[in-house]
Amino acid sequence: MIGADDIPVIPRGVRMQFDRVRERWVLLAPERTVALDEIGVAILSEIDGQRSFGQITEGLAAKYAAPPEEIAADSRGFLGALIDRRFLEVRQ
Amino acid sequence: MTIQPPIAMLAELTHRCPLSCPYCSNPVELARKDSELDTATWADLFRQAADLGVLQLHLSGGEPVTRRDLVDLVVAAREAGLYTNLITSGIGLTEKRLHDLDAAGLDHIQLSLQGTDAEMADRIGGYRGGFARKMDVARWIGEIGFPLTLNAVLHRQNLHQLPRAIEMAVEMGARRIEVATVQFHGWALLSRDALMPTREQAREADAIVAEARARLKGTLVIDYVPADYHSDYPKKCMGGWGSTGLNVAPDGLVLPCHAAQTIPGLVFDRVQDKPLRAIWYEGSAFNAYRGTDWMPEPCASCERKNVDFGGCRCQAMALVGDAAATDPTCIRSPHHAALQARADAFAAGDAAFTARAAAG
Repeated sequence: MIGADDIPVIPRGVRMQFDRVRERWVLLAPERTVALDEIGVAILSEIDGQRSFGQITEGLAAKYAAPPEEIAADSRGFLGALIDRRFLEVRQ
Repeated sequence: MTIQPPIAMLAELTHRCPLSCPYCSNPVELARKDSELDTATWADLFRQAADLGVLQLHLSGGEPVTRRDLVDLVVAAREAGLYTNLITSGIGLTEKRLHDLDAAGLDHIQLSLQGTDAEMADRIGGYRGGFARKMDVARWIGEIGFPLTLNAVLHRQNLHQLPRAIEMAVEMGARRIEVATVQFHGWALLSRDALMPTREQAREADAIVAEARARLKGTLVIDYVPADYHSDYPKKCMGGWGSTGLNVAPDGLVLPCHAAQTIPGLVFDRVQDKPLRAIWYEGSAFNAYRGTDWMPEPCASCERKNVDFGGCRCQAMALVGDAAATDPTCIRSPHHAALQARADAFAAGDAAFTARAAAG
């Protein structure tokens, strides 16, 4: 499970792209495509390979005026699923 | 029925290949080199595909690296905005060419595995020294940092190597392994007796995959195509006919799947004659088994009809002579019991197989 100090990193071969035909954002990964909702786009857009998971979720909580623990729980579930599929990595 | 745009396109750049695997997915009637689409036609097709909604492009073959313009094709695919995947045996790739593909923007490599040692791999692939060269290629892929998927095609003669194949994927740094039990179409159908796994092997593979998935969670993703002759439900072939993907053969024929040419009566269009959009939305072959309206019973009233779409049309054709029949690997097919008995008989068959022929 991703912790507050972990730094999420989008690895080589995974990228966000706007799907201009279906008019939505997608995450493109090896032989797989994940359709993203607004929340997914918001979380992934914050990942820069520098900031920790805790910093990212605090930033999102401030930006969307939402409870930090709620944002962290949602983000942890979303990113955890990507980690399990090897679409996301974490550095300690 | 609303027709959705395709997500994936498999571009079979050539049918030429240094290997001669007996389960090759190419049709038994191979396209000749002089019939292959040229660079500009492929590049135009990649743009058409992206405009149509394709996001994932698989550059395949035959062996796609036998195309001298492969690097140019990768450049064209990336310029079109496609996620670009190379499906290769590795044979013919040099370290320099891999660096050129890296510079061209290749996103991912899927490397095939015929066996986990030279003796097995070179016998199945029919190419002496192939395994050693593949291991070099795997190392270069890792050094450059390409994301890697290992694709192990398994059958009666190499299923005992599954645990080692999974270990090798981890050692190579692959993020994913496809554990694909051989599917019986085209070439593989000619060697069914030699390749059919036993029921015991199929169940053992199920257990090995389940154990490895739990143990390697977060390290290695395992995609598994089980032995459908020994299963209760058919595979969700192509995610539904004409629903998500299309194949383009080396000569420009656009197919709903690898084996669609084995279904008599289907008429296929060529990219040289019609826009890809028209072929996808209006082509008679794509509309033949789209959705669920074509289904007879027991599929028509089955609650799984939107789960597996009646299974594989080509398999229904090959096994019961009717492409619209329920895939007989389904427990609800009237032919299911007979098929399972036949599968056991095939699995007791002779081990000599027919190697794939060379493309002219």
